[in-house]
Amino acid sequence: MIEIALAYAMGCFAIGLVMTTARLLMAPTIGDRILALDTMVVNVIALVVLYGIYTGDGLNFEVAMLFAMTGFVSSVAFAKYLLRGSVIE
Amino acid sequence: MTAALEYLLVALLVIAGTFGLIGSYGLWKLRDPMQRLHAPTKASTVGVGAALLASVLSVTLLHDGMSWHELLVVIFLFITAPITALFLAKLHIHATVARRDLPPTGVDRDWASFDERPEDDEPSLPRPADPR
Repeated sequence: MIEIALAYAMGCFAIGLVMTTARLLMAPTIGDRILALDTMVVNVIALVVLYGIYTGDGLNFEVAMLFAMTGFVSSVAFAKYLLRGSVIE
Repeated sequence: MTAALEYLLVALLVIAGTFGLIGSYGLWKLRDPMQRLHAPTKASTVGVGAALLASVLSVTLLHDGMSWHELLVVIFLFITAPITALFLAKLHIHATVARRDLPPTGVDRDWASFDERPEDDEPSLPRPADPR
């Protein structure tokens, strides 16, 4: 039963990844592209965690944390650049 | 006991997948940029939070002992998601709202996206009035 639920969750996040990729490619504003990138990172973190459950050897902690950190920093840096014209003043 | 934990694990996995899908679908489907900002926050809090809790449970269930690393990722995501959302909302205001429609800032500086001067080292918060 756990295998079925795991496959369902991974499938949902995979479909979500496809949707965010489509939104990233066809976005009306630049803010939507940043938001789509941020959501992609969130979906990838969830997929990494679910893959850790699937293989059974625990969480790929470093991978998930690196994705979370680079995703946050890149989103904020993009938004800051568009707001102020430079990332660090 | 083990069966109950299994049911809980399955429920968490289903919740995680459903919320992740809803978040991404909302990002694709909703019309207004501020509405689109609303949808993926569900995916990043409930979706990933439930997936990481399921990971904690699975380690407890399949192997002996607990793993607390997942909670660090959850805390990091919960701290950073509102900051990203705030920046994107500011970007939306900057892109769509005209300068004259914005209220006064209350300090000697203009709104950040319209102020051409470089930022100070210290944030320009409103200073308290003279102490009495």
